[in-house]
Amino acid sequence: MLSAWLGAVLSGILLGLLYGLAAIGLNLIWGVMNVINLSHGAFIALGMFSSYFMAKYLHLSPFIGVFLVLAMGVILGMVTYFVSLHKIISAPELSTLLATYSVSLVIIGLGTFIFTTNPRAIDIALGSVSVGGTVLPTTRILTGIFSVIFTLWLYYFLYKTWSGKAIRAVSMNRDAAELMGVNTTMALALAFGIGVALAMTAGALAATIFPFTILSGGGYELKSFVICVLGGLGSPLGALLGGLILGLIENLVTLKIATSYVPFLEFAILVFILIVKPTGLLARR
Amino acid sequence: MGKGKTLFWLIPLLLVIVAIPGVSGSVTAREGVFLILMYVTLAVSLNIILGYTGYVSFGHIVFYGIGGYVAFYLMIFHGVHLIPAMIAGGIGAALAAFALGEAVLRLRGAFFAIATIGVNEAVKALVNNLNFIGGAEGLFFNFSIYKTYGGAARAIWFSYYTMATVTVVTIVAAYLIKKSKFGLGLMAIREDEDAAIILGVNAKRYKSLAYAASAFFPGMVGAVFFFKAGNIEPHDAFHLMKSIEMIFMVMLGGYGNVTGAVTGALVYERLKGFLLVNPLFKNLHMAISGVILLLIVLFMPQGIIGFIRDKSKKLRELLE
Repeated sequence: MLSAWLGAVLSGILLGLLYGLAAIGLNLIWGVMNVINLSHGAFIALGMFSSYFMAKYLHLSPFIGVFLVLAMGVILGMVTYFVSLHKIISAPELSTLLATYSVSLVIIGLGTFIFTTNPRAIDIALGSVSVGGTVLPTTRILTGIFSVIFTLWLYYFLYKTWSGKAIRAVSMNRDAAELMGVNTTMALALAFGIGVALAMTAGALAATIFPFTILSGGGYELKSFVICVLGGLGSPLGALLGGLILGLIENLVTLKIATSYVPFLEFAILVFILIVKPTGLLARR
Repeated sequence: MGKGKTLFWLIPLLLVIVAIPGVSGSVTAREGVFLILMYVTLAVSLNIILGYTGYVSFGHIVFYGIGGYVAFYLMIFHGVHLIPAMIAGGIGAALAAFALGEAVLRLRGAFFAIATIGVNEAVKALVNNLNFIGGAEGLFFNFSIYKTYGGAARAIWFSYYTMATVTVVTIVAAYLIKKSKFGLGLMAIREDEDAAIILGVNAKRYKSLAYAASAFFPGMVGAVFFFKAGNIEPHDAFHLMKSIEMIFMVMLGGYGNVTGAVTGALVYERLKGFLLVNPLFKNLHMAISGVILLLIVLFMPQGIIGFIRDKSKKLRELLE
């Protein structure tokens, strides 16, 4: 019995870290430019496929390829920003919601056409580790560790580098940042690029654990909303905390109640937190 | 404020379209028009909260699902006739919206949008688990249920004319709301909620009522649609994609405008049909809709009808 609980806690933490990473990109974009990126899930799925093709054709381990995915994501995200968002960045939220949703339609539409919706999986076997009677696959442990690394990297970037500080300045007050000599357009584009890159990174890591299709990003996107609302906007650590809470809920609650109730619980939490404390548990303000 | 002339040509035009399949007896035409009517009703009613009031209800399809389930439950387990079941479905959806609205309409902008997505997903997950309404598999009609309406074929025609009636009622209601003091209050909230409150608009009550009104008609649409389909399941009834289709139609035609929503629905139905049937595009229809949506958002945010209204002062009165 105890080992069942221990196993649930451990896999909950590892899954939670991955959920946290998946949500951080959404959180960053939401916090900095007040845009809810509805193409988040599509980019997560794109990350999964990038990792898959790198492993298949370049024989690159997904845990090395993930850095390439990150770099690709920044570029892709910045391009997406200039094509779809730059013109309407100050428009009401309906415009930005629809613009990002249309990006998602294009990615998923093309993805369905090219890759079909047959499930795929990355062929990777790294053995497993036994902790206190619970057997955990090494890939799960590695995704957990990598999630922490990328979160710390984002933290370092936002708080210690000039570009990161520029992004934070823009998120606080766009006009004032512009007056202080920050190129706000580039800062916003970079923030969107990093947000997308982190989404793709999370996808690339998730692909080592679960089989996936082009539609798999949707579930992560919805979870990311819950996590962002739980953790509060603009706080990378809040997102990680929200992810951990969600991961633990999924693994612990299912010991007692049917798995099919979990989505209901998650979205009920989402709506409840929004109504009671819309600033999240770790609010910036 | 004058009453305008929009309804005097819009309703007759709609009635002509409705009559075409009835006169020719063509089943294909009927299916097409049924879909158009359904889209028109959904778009026009979403417009009340989205276009008039400026609240982006992203999970609006939840009310269509709730209405469908309420009506289906009444018809299958209590043998209620379609018409009262449909009205009950509409009322159920409106009550749900009113109660929800009291809580979620306090949120503004993107937070409201996310909350409505959350509500839709929560309700879908809940229905998935409720065994008395079929759980994940949903509910099916026994064929004998159509006997009351004179057999399955007659029942489908009956549902077609019911849908047409719902559509006409929705358009008239949405138009009257727009022209009323209530509608003016909603548009004041859209432009500047704080200013509207200071000027004496009871924003909280107005928003809840607008939300309930924009949920009532989709509830009835859900009832008729699932009656015609003969089965209902959570994945179909609470499909987020349909929600976004509704927003797409409103944007395509023109935000905050009855003729705009009707036009958007018509164009969308034709466009979707064309993309799905055309061999060149049928595999890419999703990507193409995405590109079209992006182009509208970026270059024609006022929609087709909004664009025409901007260009021609004369037509403005006719296109409200």
